[in-house]
This record gives sequence, structure tokens and C-alpha cells, in this order.
Amino acid sequence: MGKARVTRKKSVIPGFGLTLGVTVAMLSLFVLIPLASVLAYSFRLSGQEFIRLMTRPNVVQAFATSIGCALAAALINCLFGTLLAWVLVRYDFPGKRLMDGMIELPFALPTAVAGITLTKMYSNNGFLGRALESVGIQAAYSKLGIVIAMVFIGIPFVTRAVQPVLEKLSPFYEEASMMLGASRLRTFCSVILPEIAPALLTGFGLALARGIGEYGSVIYISGNSEKNGTQVVSYIIMQKLNSGNVDYEGAAALALMLLIISFAMLFVLNIVQHAASRRTNA
Amino acid sequence: MKKQSNPIVKWILIGTSAAFFLLMLVLPLFEVLYRSLKDGWELFSSALTAEYTLSALKVTLIATVFALAVNTLFGIMASWLLTKFDFRGKNILSALIDIPFSISPVIAGLAYIMTFGRSGWATPLLNQINELLGTDLSLVFSVPGVVLVTIFVTFPFISRETIPLLNTIGRDEEIAAAQMGASGLVIFRDITFPHMKWGLLYGMILCAARAFGEFGAVYAVSKARGKTFTLPLEIDALYMAGSADSITQAFAVSSLLVCMAVIMLVLKNIVEYHGKKKNAI
Repeated sequence: MGKARVTRKKSVIPGFGLTLGVTVAMLSLFVLIPLASVLAYSFRLSGQEFIRLMTRPNVVQAFATSIGCALAAALINCLFGTLLAWVLVRYDFPGKRLMDGMIELPFALPTAVAGITLTKMYSNNGFLGRALESVGIQAAYSKLGIVIAMVFIGIPFVTRAVQPVLEKLSPFYEEASMMLGASRLRTFCSVILPEIAPALLTGFGLALARGIGEYGSVIYISGNSEKNGTQVVSYIIMQKLNSGNVDYEGAAALALMLLIISFAMLFVLNIVQHAASRRTNA
Repeated sequence: MKKQSNPIVKWILIGTSAAFFLLMLVLPLFEVLYRSLKDGWELFSSALTAEYTLSALKVTLIATVFALAVNTLFGIMASWLLTKFDFRGKNILSALIDIPFSISPVIAGLAYIMTFGRSGWATPLLNQINELLGTDLSLVFSVPGVVLVTIFVTFPFISRETIPLLNTIGRDEEIAAAQMGASGLVIFRDITFPHMKWGLLYGMILCAARAFGEFGAVYAVSKARGKTFTLPLEIDALYMAGSADSITQAFAVSSLLVCMAVIMLVLKNIVEYHGKKKNAI
């Protein structure tokens, strides 16, 4: 593409101008211009103020909580998401269609509903919460609760990324590997895993990004306590919009930081993914 | 395709995933229904017919319909542009479209406040337009504001489904039709649309599901209960009121959204089934 000097190859299909115009106009109006306002707003803070805000203990803690819990949840989802995809592709069992059809439930179920429901399930007036409490684990109103909520909303990302790759992967490779004497684990690690790695990374990245920015499903089960370190970044931003002393500059600065972190992560994952897919294609 | 695998390993794997599936996906649904009905039918029906709930339902439906309309138009335009033509900046454009997918919904709400809020840079412009037209339009803390943030968070949902679909089909048929003199509209109606139909529907279902369930973004730009609240905000208000009755009412309103979510899932599976059948032929 880079070789051609013309901006676009002449196409006989009509509609380039119209669709380009409408696409760019709508994208700018609905997404880019409002987002640019956040940038503009956050630059109203001086560098010093920005640093002072970012190094405040509750802000540092919120970033640590958001990123740490999202990482933990995305890793758990890699494990169970791959397992779900594997089981759905390779085995037949009663209820399989139902399981397959319900994987997207976390996308369809409003996050506020998921949030209050998980809170009641895992707090001490739900039976799961009571069971966990009897063995000394506090699930709701703790970081564990945040992870549970983030696992819930992230389930479809990994499963749906890995599933189509597994469908295309012929079981003959595994059979060959096993016939040559490799163990199941070895077969998985050196035959299957490299094939699904790029898809797994995509799912991981999407789940991670979603978890870091998540609001609705997290704020009820977290308890939002500064003392317990269960405030997430989205909560702090929302607080700056809602409390008596509204702080738009601070909110914009935190949003900018969150954007930078999300994009940096997606960028790194993209590079890793590129490397991974090149390895399997070679 | 059947291979002789160790049945013990097979059933351990199935058992583990079934346990995870039941615990994480099935149990929460029953929890909502149980909690919404545990204090009797009367409380349940009173919650669903409350004035606040009905107003929230109306705002939710308005936001969903607008998000669907705008994003469907965008999805069609963007997928035509990105799959039928090669041009410089194409990759950047398609990356920009996906932005709302990976950022916090809270930032979406914030972005509109910073643009159209009291101290937003576009507010003087909007005031001028209002004066000129004699209207009193406000784009935050109002129903139009709720509509706008809903459009923002669901923006890539449809194009994300249609672009890969059209990419796998290619553009040979369109080129042939264009060389034979078919107009753009005819090409779209007779060739492209039939190819993208199921993907478009699939994207619309995902878009609708996200639109009626959006919480964080709407929460930032909607402050008036009974006027600009959507169903998820109404659930939040009931839940936060904290009394046993109001929490039960929050779950009653939630059960309405659970029903809508389940309907979306069923529709999604039907569309997916038809889409696969068509691709197999």
C-alpha cells in the first residue's frame, strides 16, 4: 500500500466520497470532538498540579486497584475462557447449546443489574457469601469482589476470541503429537497454545481494557472504601463529577491518565500479538 | 472428527466449565428473579408500575431507538467505505472507530459534559443556536444528552460486525456490477446488503443490548429522577435508597431488564444460526 503514490487506487465502485464524508463526519461529531474536549480540559491543569493529583494516595491506590484487579480477572478469564471454548468446540454433552448461547449474557445483561446481583450473592445475606465467610473469606466489599465482577463481564471476550480458532484447528495435529509420545500437557503447550495465542491475547486485551474502565458492575460489590483500597478509578472520576465540589479539571486529568494506560496496553498487546501470529505463520 | 480421548479428562473438563458456567452465568439470573419475588407479587408489580419506572422505561427506549438508528446508518456507511475502497489512512480510521469499545463509559459521559456542560467550549455555540431558533435544547443533563452518550458507547458495535463479514466476501461482485453500469444504490440493495444482512442484524442486537443497559456513561449526564433517568439509573436509585422494600423493588425492575437481555440473547442465537446456514451454502 505504501508504494503507491496516489492516495487511492481508482475504484469503479461508486460512493467513495459520500461514505467517506458521512463516516468521518459522524465519527468526529459523536466520538472524536467530545473526546478531544477531555484532552483540552485536562491541559488546564499545570504540570505540577497534574503530578500532585496523580500522586495523591487515594488516586495511586485506585489505579493500582483498577489495574491489578483487571489483570487478575483477565488472567482468570484466559483460563476459563479457553476451557469453555475447548469444551464447546471439542466435546458433545447435554446442555451444550444452552451453554454456547449464554456466553454473551454479560454483554446483554445491564452492568447495574449484574452489580447489585453479584453484591447480594456474595455479601453475607446471600448463601454464597455466607459459605465463603464461614471459611474466612470476605468476597463482597473487598478486592476479591471487584475481581469477581470483572471476571463476570469479561467471560465472552476470551471464549469468543479463541472458539473460532479452535474450530479451524484440526484435531489431527494433537493426535499426531500424542502418537509421537508427547503428553497431554506437552501437546497443549507446544501444539495448541501457539495456534490460539494471538486470539487469546486479543481476548485478554479486550477483557483487560474493559475491566480497567468498568464502572456499573464494580461499584456496588467493591464497597468503595478508601481504607480498604476498593475504590476504582472510574469511581473517583465519577465522584469528581457528582460531589458538592465538582472538579472537572481533576476528572479530565484522571480520564486522560486512564486513556493513556488503556492505549499503552492495547499497543503493547498489539505488538506481542503481531509477533505471535508471525511465529505461527512461519 | 471424533477422536479417542480419555473420557475421564473429557468429563473433568466439561464438569469444570459447567461449574464455572452455572456459578457465574446461570446463578445470577435466578438470584435476580428470587430477590425480586421474595416479598410477594404486590411489591413486584408496584415497582414495575411506579411512575419513576415507567418514565425510565420511556427514556431507555428512546435512547435505544436513537442509538440503533444512528449506529446502523454509520455501520452501513463505514463498512462500505472500509471494505470497498483502499485509501491512505484507512487503518487509522478503522482504529479510531473502535475507540469507544476500549474506553471507560465514565469517560464518555465526561466527554459530553466537557463539550456541552456549563463550562464546556461548545456551550456558547449551542446557546447561540438556541437563541436563533428560539429553542431550549440542552445536550447534557437532559434526554438528548442521554441519547448522545448512548450513541457514543455503542458507536462501533454494528460496523465491527459488518466490516469483517464484507471483507471475507470481497468486492468482485460489486466491481462487476459497477462495470455493467449499476448505480451505487442498486449495487448496495442487490449485492452488498444481502451479504451483510445477518451481520447487520447481529450488530444491531448487540447495540440494542448495550444501549438499554448502559450505566456509567448515562449516570454522568443524567441527574433528574423521573425525567432523564434510564432503567439502570432507576435501579441504582432504588438500590441505594437502602430499605429492604426498595432493594426488592430494585431487583423487580432488574428482572424486567433480565427479560430484555434474555430476549436479546435468543434473537442473537437465531440470527447467528441463520447467518451460519447462509455462509455454509
